[in-house]
Amino acid sequence: MITMLLIDNFFINILFAIAALIGIALSIRSSLAFWYSTSNQQKTLIDQINALLPQTQCGQCSFEGCLPYAGAIARGSAINQCPPGGEATIIRLAQLLNDYPKPLNPAHGRIEPIKIAFIREAECIGCTKCIQACPVDAIIGGAKLMHTVIASECTGCDLCVAPCPVDCIDMLALPAQNPWQWQLPTELQSTAAARR
Amino acid sequence: MSSTNFLHLPHQQLRRRKIFGGIKPAPHKAASLRSRIMPMPLPPQLILPINQYHGTNSSPLVKVGDAVLKYQALTEKLDHTGAALHAPTSGRITAICSAPIAGHPGNAALCIHLQCDGDDNSLELQPCLNHDQLTGFEVLRKIDAAGIVGMGGAGFPTAHKLRLAIEHGTELLIINAAECEPYISTDEALLRERAREVVIGAELLRTACHAPRCIIAIEEDKPAAIAALRSALAHSPIELMLLHSTYPTGGEKQIVQAVTGLEVPVGQYPLNLGILVHNAGTAYAVYQAVAEGKPSISRIITLTGRALQTPKNFEALIGTPAAFLLKLCGVQEQHHLTTVMGGSLMGLQLAHTEVPVTKTTNCLIAATVEDFPQPEPELACIRCGFCAEVCPARLLPQQLYSFARTHNHTQLQSYGLDDCIECGACAYVCPSNIPLVQYYVAAKQDLRTLSVAREQSEHWQTRFQFHQYRTKQEKDSARERRIPTALFPVELLPTDSSPITSVQFSRQLAQQEIADAVARANAKRISRLATDTQMPQHPAKDKE
Repeated sequence: MITMLLIDNFFINILFAIAALIGIALSIRSSLAFWYSTSNQQKTLIDQINALLPQTQCGQCSFEGCLPYAGAIARGSAINQCPPGGEATIIRLAQLLNDYPKPLNPAHGRIEPIKIAFIREAECIGCTKCIQACPVDAIIGGAKLMHTVIASECTGCDLCVAPCPVDCIDMLALPAQNPWQWQLPTELQSTAAARR
Repeated sequence: MSSTNFLHLPHQQLRRRKIFGGIKPAPHKAASLRSRIMPMPLPPQLILPINQYHGTNSSPLVKVGDAVLKYQALTEKLDHTGAALHAPTSGRITAICSAPIAGHPGNAALCIHLQCDGDDNSLELQPCLNHDQLTGFEVLRKIDAAGIVGMGGAGFPTAHKLRLAIEHGTELLIINAAECEPYISTDEALLRERAREVVIGAELLRTACHAPRCIIAIEEDKPAAIAALRSALAHSPIELMLLHSTYPTGGEKQIVQAVTGLEVPVGQYPLNLGILVHNAGTAYAVYQAVAEGKPSISRIITLTGRALQTPKNFEALIGTPAAFLLKLCGVQEQHHLTTVMGGSLMGLQLAHTEVPVTKTTNCLIAATVEDFPQPEPELACIRCGFCAEVCPARLLPQQLYSFARTHNHTQLQSYGLDDCIECGACAYVCPSNIPLVQYYVAAKQDLRTLSVAREQSEHWQTRFQFHQYRTKQEKDSARERRIPTALFPVELLPTDSSPITSVQFSRQLAQQEIADAVARANAKRISRLATDTQMPQHPAKDKE
């Protein structure tokens, strides 16, 4: 009986060892595969998130630009830190990430209509500080010469306003291009009902 | 170049070709066809939108206060998508300002206001008697100068379309006289009375685009126009093709399908198949421009609807206010419910009737409640599939409807919303009275705004990336500049046996420089200590 038990134990031990080895090998392989796949997925995920961000490069999300914020979201940052994107961006991000849309975090700013920078050229002293601050090179001008904003390139990021030593930069609202918007009949009915 | 050959198409077809889907609404055309095309008395004022086609670029040639003669050019086009505008009558320019035009509420555009003097003094016209001997280029130039745009509705400049057709190589010219939409009867009236002129215009268009074959396509329910065309075409190489009367056969892609049996691929135009489609009204305008030398200053407009005592077709001057035309037809204000510009299925409701008619206005409907009864309340979609059966673009309207309601933009695009021609056939057959086209128009606008925003953000992204690249380059080059490359001491230059990186190299150089500087400073201090004992003060300092 005892010998039988010993043999049994011996076999069982060997079986356990083989199972453990196979288990370790499988787990290493799967973890490796997981690592590969996540690194690849994350890259595409960052691109997908970046495509949804408004690319104003304003830094209101407390990151350096839109791409760094996209990376942070992919690593688990909150999706409600982008004021220029507004609600639409938050909803689209939530759809992409299977998350619930949240209201914009007021610590990062408020949703405002799009504005662009305008330099009061008579007051500009030509210090080039705004040129260095502009993330999209939308300001032209030389040292000690007047600067001006290329309106079509300005993202309205507000970053040039603070460095200006003479406060000659205004953020002006864009004139509405096409005030008329077609609405879905369902939305028309709901707005009519709300008015009633 | 297209490789399609249309010479194999049979001349006369036994069975009328049909488009995919489509509906058969009541035509409502008889009322306006009772009388002939009438000339119009001069209105007191004309309002001429500078851009007759949305998205075009034209600039005015006249100033406020100028006296102009009939046929005088008022604007010049700034690029190929523009068309010139000419004075429809003589008078004085009273204003060049923004004025309401047809379209959505509050739609306004820059317009030239012309006060008519009633004399109708005109510039001398230069008719061309030997128009059949003109070359294609000469015809094209005359069309360009006359400012003709497509009279079918879209208003694309005809000369530009011809130029594109020549680039692509055209095998077949189709003159579209289908006019399938209810209430509109301009082409039928035109062909009934002026078929010869339309045929000459078609021949001129064929010369201009070098097409070997030309077909005039007309729906079979217009016997008077067909008879007139048959006699006008008696000695002409141009053929006549009768089509099944189905709405919307008159759409550009649909008429190509009806005539040739070919379907225009998604995102392409008939030009890509080597087919050019022009409206019969455009052919008439081409005849006027080339043979008579007249620029495009008038067009035939159907005035109809039960609120008018005498519905008829007018040869109306461009810029005439809609209200003036309605008054000429005896509009009964007590029954007048609304005015629609265009046909009953694709037309736009006018917010008010002071808007001018343009080169693309083909119909004005002064509607009563009988014409357009109050829409029934919208019910839920029961997924009956009637809409998919009638959609001429072979889309799935019920799917598009649900995606539009949920703002599902990716699905809208993959289900081909861009191919919707907004013909309204789906809404016409919908048993739940869903205004489907309104959903599609709103969804299309959403998609457009989104794509504009996406383009903008991509542009900003590339600029931001370039900015980062540029600042990094500048920093690097500033660091490089600190290393004087030409003055390297020979013993420090990297040798082949011991390759050193530029960082190591600059570090070595810096250490050497520091050592040199320390040595120089030491030497100076020693020499100063030596001189200080001999000379107490610098001589230059004594003078001050």
